[in-house]
Amino acid sequence: MKEKEYRYASAARTGLLFLEGVPGVAFGDRVVIRDRHGRKRNGQVILSSGELVMVQVLEGTDDLNLDDTWVRFLDQPFELPLSPDLLGRVFNGIGEPRDERPPIISRLRRNVNGEPVNPVARAYPREFIQTGISAIDGLNSLVRGQKLPIFSGSGLPHNRLVAQIVRQSRLLGEESRFVVVFAAMGLSYSDARFFREDFENNGVLGNVAMFINLADDPPIERLILPRTALTAAEYLAFDLDLHVLVVLTDMTYYAEALREVATAKGDVPTRKGYPGYLYSDMAEIYERAGRVHKRHGSITMVPVVSMPSDDITHPIPDLTGYITEGQIVLSRELDNQNLYPPVNIPPSLSRLMKDGIGKDDTREDHPRVASQLYAAYARALEVRNLASIIGRDELPDLDRRYLDFADQFEQRFLAQGPDEDRSVIQTLNIAWELLSLLPGEVLSRVSEADLARYHHWEGNK
Amino acid sequence: MKSGRIIEVNGPLIQARLPGIANGEQLRVGELGLTGEVIGLDGERALIQVYESTEMLRPGEEVVPLGHPLSAELGPGLLGGIFDGVQRPLRAIMETAGEHIPRGLALPALNREKRWDFTPEASLRAGQEIRGGMVLGRVQETRAVEHRILVPPGIKGELMELAGAGSYTLEQPIARVRTPLKGIQELSLLQRWPVRHPRPYARRDDGIAPLLTGQRILDTFFPLLKGGKGAIPGPFGAGKTMLQQQIARWTNADIVIYVGCGERGNELVDILESFPELTDPYSSRSLMERTLLVANTSNMPVVAREASIYLGVTLAEYYRDQGHDVVMLADSTSRWAEALREVAGRLGQMPVEEGYPAYLASRLAAFYERAGRVDTLGGDSGSVTLIGAVSPPGGDFSEPVTNHTKDIIQTFWALSKSLADARHYPSVSWTESFSDAVEAAARWWSREISPEWQARRAQALDLLVRAEELSRIINLVGVEALSPAQRWSVEAASLVREALLQQSALDEVDSYCSPQKQFALLDLAMSLYQRGGELIDSQVPVSALLELPALARLRRAKNSYGNEQLDALARLKEDMQAQLDELAENYGEGRS
Ligand SMILES: Nc1ncnc2c1ncn2[C@@H]1O[C@H](COP(=O)(O)OP(=O)(O)OP(=O)(O)O)[C@@H](O)[C@H]1O
Ligand SMILES: [Mg+2]
Repeated sequence: MKEKEYRYASAARTGLLFLEGVPGVAFGDRVVIRDRHGRKRNGQVILSSGELVMVQVLEGTDDLNLDDTWVRFLDQPFELPLSPDLLGRVFNGIGEPRDERPPIISRLRRNVNGEPVNPVARAYPREFIQTGISAIDGLNSLVRGQKLPIFSGSGLPHNRLVAQIVRQSRLLGEESRFVVVFAAMGLSYSDARFFREDFENNGVLGNVAMFINLADDPPIERLILPRTALTAAEYLAFDLDLHVLVVLTDMTYYAEALREVATAKGDVPTRKGYPGYLYSDMAEIYERAGRVHKRHGSITMVPVVSMPSDDITHPIPDLTGYITEGQIVLSRELDNQNLYPPVNIPPSLSRLMKDGIGKDDTREDHPRVASQLYAAYARALEVRNLASIIGRDELPDLDRRYLDFADQFEQRFLAQGPDEDRSVIQTLNIAWELLSLLPGEVLSRVSEADLARYHHWEGNK
Repeated sequence: MKSGRIIEVNGPLIQARLPGIANGEQLRVGELGLTGEVIGLDGERALIQVYESTEMLRPGEEVVPLGHPLSAELGPGLLGGIFDGVQRPLRAIMETAGEHIPRGLALPALNREKRWDFTPEASLRAGQEIRGGMVLGRVQETRAVEHRILVPPGIKGELMELAGAGSYTLEQPIARVRTPLKGIQELSLLQRWPVRHPRPYARRDDGIAPLLTGQRILDTFFPLLKGGKGAIPGPFGAGKTMLQQQIARWTNADIVIYVGCGERGNELVDILESFPELTDPYSSRSLMERTLLVANTSNMPVVAREASIYLGVTLAEYYRDQGHDVVMLADSTSRWAEALREVAGRLGQMPVEEGYPAYLASRLAAFYERAGRVDTLGGDSGSVTLIGAVSPPGGDFSEPVTNHTKDIIQTFWALSKSLADARHYPSVSWTESFSDAVEAAARWWSREISPEWQARRAQALDLLVRAEELSRIINLVGVEALSPAQRWSVEAASLVREALLQQSALDEVDSYCSPQKQFALLDLAMSLYQRGGELIDSQVPVSALLELPALARLRRAKNSYGNEQLDALARLKEDMQAQLDELAENYGEGRS
């Protein structure tokens, strides 16, 4: 079967190729297609019966004709050859070199779909990663093995933020840095260059494996690319014991490609035309982050999800939020004020923070300070809202203090330079300077002891 | 039943030629030996859903019928365990196969080698008539839970022989019964039950006692009864999982079954790592001894996810039939509904709303119908309480799963994004939530804790709702527009929110709040509000009330005083009253 080439294509449209009368083809089989110009395309079987075989063509079906299309079934799933030489290289969505260097040769090859991790084998992530960014470290801490996406919008500085995270992330008290698996789906040429130069300028290029599908590359390839990239990441983390930071950008283009294929297949559409299995499909990707017992390495994942029309309830960010362990949400309003990083604090969340901070990890007061900052900022935003209606002067004294607190919180805590690397202790100290703008009585989320130690209320000055 | 051949593979759904097969029958599929289930028939074609990935499966491979529907193994050894959606034992799988779940690995759910100490029921005699549900004997399954070995439902006949006290493996016979229809049958510690069928009971009753969870917003404000059905809808990150884990930790039920249905692997690890270290406040045993996990995480095959809910509730009914109070938590029923939707879509069934098939509502209702407080066949009483998380797309409660669920359940704990964004946890909204169980719960609270409970609760809710309206006015025209009495209401409501409703799962002291402490805090806040209102009527300014030292103490009382420090709360109440009296006097004198 492997050697045999079939020429029975009966239909070809929107990325799908249909063949009739090819018996015994395996579901999920890898397919190589030769078009009439002799060019090779890759495909995968997505339905197989005696009568009909449906093949999803990664490079699309443009310019195919039915008579001159030759199809070979390889009788194997998509696999990625694995070796330490993955680092420092650039590949396409199925792991073929994009950097004019020879392909990776290795006897070790793995199915890019992986196998689900047994939940019993997982180790709960709890090691604090210092990113040097106050909005993250102080309020939405990242831990090793977490999946924490950035919800962004067109034109917002998510690339700059991701690059800063990649550059600055480290474990307290440990020298080892992260290696990076960079998976780009539908990225513009200029954004790809930005990352490449950033890695290069920081001398980390040799520690990065890139899997690239650009905006003008075939969209269907985006469906397999994150799987290929994560197969590389799993190898680096769990075979080579490395700590891997996986950047997936942009999951929105991934999901759009999925919708394109689903529509072509005639799958029942749900919200905004996305298929009902978008959740499970994205979960297969996101759940590959994590830690595993008895393995030293880890996969920490930072996906970028751009919210269509800045709408957080759009199915892509929405379902992502239902799978990942929190989210960092960027705000257009703050960005318009030139505030960097424009992190929208109320909807941002890190669910694994609770086990990664506090006494033995960062500082004893950290959990309470974070909770207090959130509560105070939420209250301050309400007051700001009120002030915009009735005017600042009409506000009671305490409310005016909250207004100051909101301004200072944004200017001193949130805002920082793209190269400014703050220690978590610095971050917490800034937090206390801000909380000292408010009287102790209203700070019920921190303890009396915290107040005695860190709160410097100067009263009615 | 003869085997057949695969005709088509379409993701998790395959077709095979299997004339004469029955819907619901289990199958072994293909060379890898995957497991599947017949879900539809079309002439000689059987439509089969496969619980494992069908990658590289091909038409022509063999399909072998197994002769029984999807069934749960029931017997000692379930508690403390973790199983996937079709009851594969995940720990044993890890020991055999390592970190990943390989395909086609068939291991029995319960350990066949392990011996259990069995004590026969003293009153039973050979020659006696026995029937389904009767207790044959007992096994101490964990230190916290006694497992009663029951005659399987449907069996009726003469007891010929009952094993003596001793240790037995699951498959060794412990009794022989002569039945009129099937001749002599051997019974063992192990039995099976088809998961899609409710287990029988003698009589169903209304709930009478609240299911206590130690969470004030639930127990005090929106109670659920033992044997009741509750739902927790909320957008992502609002706190559904945390709340369910809190219930699993602190509930006064005997057994907790936690079904991770299409959610995160790490959340189950969290339970697996933390529960053995935590003690049950009622039995003082490790929490894991009364807990059982069913885990079909989001990255595990979607069809087994659909089955996981039924497995969970069958296990719950089995312990109910032994006379236990069982709580089953399902996180999340939306993922179960989506699995249903996915299969329906591949079957080409007509979608009616948001892609869901027309039978979504009836399936949901049938599932929740398995909750209840019952008289068991054995003459005992037990209950199954069902609590499902719902994950509405975009946090929109009008979507089909939330909407239908709302019509079915008795207690609705609606989580609010705006509360969660302000880090007000648990983010249960006091305006959108409801409970049909308040009257029944009130009888218990009035008897066990205080006759004032129902009045206090109503007062507090009323205050919260009124304050909500007042804040709308403030947002339009500012706080100055309110009368002093109204300002006091706003301040008191904010105190109730902070001192009562907010309860951090992460706070060591406050994570669990006993009913006594719940009432003490409620009573403190409400007597302050009431007395303060009287003082305001006699011209005491709001600011003077706000400066009372007792008020600041009340704000922190929940985490300053543990459940055993009720006397400290009583003293706080006295101090508060003294301070209020003093205030009254000062102002009274000022005027005279
Ligand atoms: N009762 C609580 N006490 C303290 N923190 C809480 C509480 N409830 C929720 N949180 C915080 O909110 C975060 C999100 O909660 P949780 O994971 O339960 O949300 P969820 O509703 O289950 O979300 P999803 O639908 O995405 O699974 C937690 O990680 C925790 O930080
Ligand atoms: Mg959850």
